[in-house]
Amino acid sequence: MIQLVSFYIFASIVIASAAMVIFARNPVHSVLWLIVAFFNAAGLMVLIGAEFIAMLLVIVYVGAVAVLFLFVVMMLDIDFAELRAGFVKNVPLGLLLAVVLVAELVLGIGAYQAGAVKLGTPEAGVATLSATVPNIEAIGALLYSKYVFLFETAGLILLVAMVGAIVLTHRRSHGTRGQSISSQVQRRPQDATRIVNQPVGQGIEL
Amino acid sequence: MTSFFQNLGMSYEAAWFTATIAAILLIALPLMLAVAMIIYAERKLWAAFALRRGPNVVGPFGVLQSFADGLKVFLQETIIPSASNRGLFLIAPIITFTVALMAWAVIPFADGVVLSNINVGLLYILAISSLGVYGVVIAGWASNSKYPFYSAMRAAAQMISYEVSIGFILICVVLWAGTFNVSGIVEGQRGHIFGFINAYAFNPLLFPIAVMFLISSMAETARAPFDLTEAESELVAGYQTEYSSMAFALFWLGEYANVLLMCALNAILFWGGYLPPVDWAPLYAVPGIIWFFAKILLMFFIFAWVKATVPRYRYDQLMRLGWKVFLPISLFWVFLVSGYLMFTGHFA
Repeated sequence: MIQLVSFYIFASIVIASAAMVIFARNPVHSVLWLIVAFFNAAGLMVLIGAEFIAMLLVIVYVGAVAVLFLFVVMMLDIDFAELRAGFVKNVPLGLLLAVVLVAELVLGIGAYQAGAVKLGTPEAGVATLSATVPNIEAIGALLYSKYVFLFETAGLILLVAMVGAIVLTHRRSHGTRGQSISSQVQRRPQDATRIVNQPVGQGIEL
Repeated sequence: MTSFFQNLGMSYEAAWFTATIAAILLIALPLMLAVAMIIYAERKLWAAFALRRGPNVVGPFGVLQSFADGLKVFLQETIIPSASNRGLFLIAPIITFTVALMAWAVIPFADGVVLSNINVGLLYILAISSLGVYGVVIAGWASNSKYPFYSAMRAAAQMISYEVSIGFILICVVLWAGTFNVSGIVEGQRGHIFGFINAYAFNPLLFPIAVMFLISSMAETARAPFDLTEAESELVAGYQTEYSSMAFALFWLGEYANVLLMCALNAILFWGGYLPPVDWAPLYAVPGIIWFFAKILLMFFIFAWVKATVPRYRYDQLMRLGWKVFLPISLFWVFLVSGYLMFTGHFA
């Protein structure tokens, strides 16, 4: 009963907020609706017993990716009128995309119900999956045994992306004066100040 | 508690629902009281550090000062700037406040006394604390004012930076405890050192990250010396500049609930949570919740001590500490701890 009620609550909020992502006029509102959608999708994950994926969804997408989204969108200076002017021009392309996506969805569900597709059977991993093992352990056991090379390759690809981003944006700037933190830390009061016992009514040489 | 309501003649689901609501109130209401008292305690501590008296008018020794402040704030007018984004402006403090309360769901107050004893408790805390930034960012943007916006940008950058090193520190602890369950981490510390000291902090390999976690948790809650989001000499009052009345009070309460949460996390991860400091039978006569609160208060004393004595960091120093000092060290420590555990056959 509680599962059913919460499923319908989460699911309807996901759909409603996903719709609001498109319909919101202000891009910042769109991003915030997207965050609501992510959060409720995490709730759906909890309902099917995938608590690890749910937490990951919140930490990675809500906690990091969406913050950066919001960060960028907030700083953009967007002309809303200009944004909406392109609507009519882009309708055919949008419709085409929508049709393709719907077709893929129908095909996917059809294939799933037909039960014919068997890509890579993970029997080796399934053995460790049982109701008593927390799914964080089950995923770990599978990821670090059967899929260890794929996992490490994914890590390597991310590393390349990271290094690439740094190489593309990092420039040695000329004419700027960097700070030497160690010399700042090592500086003592007596290096920069001096205590003077000054008689009243006399000037001081600095 | 569910069985108690079932004995009253409710069905299981109704009883579960009632019990959960009751438990939430049982945590949230005393927490609000604790926040009120902790604000008073902190003001007294700062006063003592500065050789002042602090609040001493309302009630004996001024204990009721926070309630007087609360009443004053409650009676004020809520001012919404006309250029602000009205809906988001009002939602932001609610987000901060709610998120600060949500994380307490997985905190064990004593042996088995926890609202939700989930497998991924620590990840849940990490997930919820990463939501905290939205309250600040939305407040800064919705105010449609210069200083709150600067503050929001700073807050977003600061919280993301320190969450990275906090994540690695948590991984070290999780590796040692072998579980993400918060109660499991506390139990893992029973007799951890020489078979009788209940704390990870006395482990020579974990002590450095205990210190790093304490510093990171100050940065994560934007407390002094890392309170650049509300640096009054640069940003008026930061993201709270345009807020008044209850909206302001909600930010205030949420902020202190977050500070308490971080103190509780320090106590749980490194100082043995609800366990007595030493694994000695007579000490277990004292209820676990007392030990837990004592440890939280000790941590809070350190927070207040730092706030009273350490000058504010510059923004570049803050970023340098997060990315160039804590991130490499905590990354190296994950390597060190997992290597040690692997080498000594901890996982066998």
